[in-house]
Amino acid sequence: MAVIRDMIAPFELYQPAGVDDAVRLMDQYGDEGWVLAGGLDTFDWFKDRIKRPAAVIDLAAVDEIRGIAEGGDGGLDIGAMTSLTAVAEHADVQSRYPLLAEAAGLVATPQIRNQGTLGGNIVQDTRCWYYRSGWPCYRAGGNICYASTRRAMNREHCIMGADRCVAVNPSDTAPALVALDAEMVVASSSGERTYAAADFFVGPDIDIERMTVLEPGDLLTRIVLPAPREGARWYFEKIRDRKSWDFSLVTVASMLQVQGGVIQDARVVVNSIAPYPVRMGAVEAAIRGREPSEETGQMAGEIAVEGARALRHNDYKIALTRNLVKRSIRDAA
Amino acid sequence: MEFLRRALNPWGEDVPIGVSWDLIWAAVIIGAVFVVVHALMVPKKVATGEIDESEAKGLPEKLQRHTVGARGFHWSMSVTMFALLITAFFPVIGIQFPWVTIHWIAGVLLILTVIYHIYHVFAKQDFWTMWIDRRDVEEGKLGLKAALGQSDAERPRAGKYPVDQKMFHHVAMIATLGAVVTGILMMFRIDNFLLPMNTYMFSDATWGWIYVIHGVCGIGLIFLVIAHVYFAIRPEKRWMTWSMINGWIDRDRYLENHDPARWTVDGSSQTAEAEGD
Repeated sequence: MAVIRDMIAPFELYQPAGVDDAVRLMDQYGDEGWVLAGGLDTFDWFKDRIKRPAAVIDLAAVDEIRGIAEGGDGGLDIGAMTSLTAVAEHADVQSRYPLLAEAAGLVATPQIRNQGTLGGNIVQDTRCWYYRSGWPCYRAGGNICYASTRRAMNREHCIMGADRCVAVNPSDTAPALVALDAEMVVASSSGERTYAAADFFVGPDIDIERMTVLEPGDLLTRIVLPAPREGARWYFEKIRDRKSWDFSLVTVASMLQVQGGVIQDARVVVNSIAPYPVRMGAVEAAIRGREPSEETGQMAGEIAVEGARALRHNDYKIALTRNLVKRSIRDAA
Repeated sequence: MEFLRRALNPWGEDVPIGVSWDLIWAAVIIGAVFVVVHALMVPKKVATGEIDESEAKGLPEKLQRHTVGARGFHWSMSVTMFALLITAFFPVIGIQFPWVTIHWIAGVLLILTVIYHIYHVFAKQDFWTMWIDRRDVEEGKLGLKAALGQSDAERPRAGKYPVDQKMFHHVAMIATLGAVVTGILMMFRIDNFLLPMNTYMFSDATWGWIYVIHGVCGIGLIFLVIAHVYFAIRPEKRWMTWSMINGWIDRDRYLENHDPARWTVDGSSQTAEAEGD
């Protein structure tokens, strides 16, 4: 196991004042550069001396990507450096996007939410301890997944979406943003690109060493929320071992468009069961045109876990996912 | 440039984990340089059109060079090889897609193809047609001298397969078998319905060398495929390429390039020292 040390390996520290400067530095350093937002993911890596970048680009002074503003088409534009507390407590977020406010408010502890940023929460690396211990697993460029072996401790790992690696995406806000159909704005030296939140996350089948589309030199700058839908119902639930402070075991986020007592449209997303937030397309298709009832929820839960495969210690996640998806349909308000 | 990727395993041992991906570009560059240098230095051989009429006596206009089975093997191996190389190396150079399932299924198809080839060679063909013997060595020496402009002597006619084709076959065979054997073992490390996962079948170091051998063979095949495609499209070799499509060569090509004494076909009067098939 990696040993936490007090001394972080030396690096060049840059504190750019704008996105352009930050992107230029990231482009200059490429793989050798490291973007520092809230530091909650970063300093574990640094103190364990597993990540040893040549340069750290601290975004603390980049005010242009901090804060919440009205976006076009009646939506909201949230800077990636906005703290999770600011997101959770913002009046517009609470009134128009309670799903996101709830998700941001359930991240870790108040201290961590004060320091952590929305962008950092979205792009944080997986918490698989085999990987975080610095062992040469697939995700670290090696040729084995220690978490999927016969004697592995894999209670927190995935039940679907695995491809050699069985780590899960730990973000609480990611499933909410996918359910809200948010867009991620990414800046790089070649310009700005926008991704639908559902396309922002990548599985190990596509790239086993990354969790998002971000490549060296790419900076997530803004999260754009579309105008809230009239009469939309939502549901968010995060299951964790300790309510005070923990990563999720399974998280569900759903947005239902209900008219005349019938589901017209739905977006159901489950996280921490796969290396990326899983949008339950089959569930969404099955519940359209049905009442958001116990029966519909039951059916949705069964569909949600079709094809799920438990590892040695995480078969409980199948039942948990089934029940959370059921609740997310039945209890959406 | 490094040759191996190494890492510390959980027990603190420094083990290889695979071949360096820099070697992909090395193989591509070496292949490209080989093609350019060869194209510039070796002029295409113009057919003289002169044949010994006595040798032509009794020969049909078209002579079969490759059976349907041999051609089927060649093209199925080509398809699976391209699928394997694309799925192996495109993701490494940044063209990303879900490649693992396609890769191992293509690998299984390649194994089936190779098994068929081995059966076909031993049951239907003459194994020794691909064997390099003393005459091939002599043919190779004279051919090399002629190519380098050190000799005006004509390159002697070959048996069924010229010595350069035989050498390519053997090198490709070693690389393919290396990739196949290590690939079968690596299937124990991934989720598939043919073999159960058994990550701890070998030590970390042994697994590492298996990955290294797989990588070296795969990267070697990049160079071999470049060279093979290059020769297949060179003007003076295209008749061979066509024969791999339609199965036959015409009588003049046969007499011009092949020694009837070493490759006897139906209708030929020569039988002595024939290599068969």
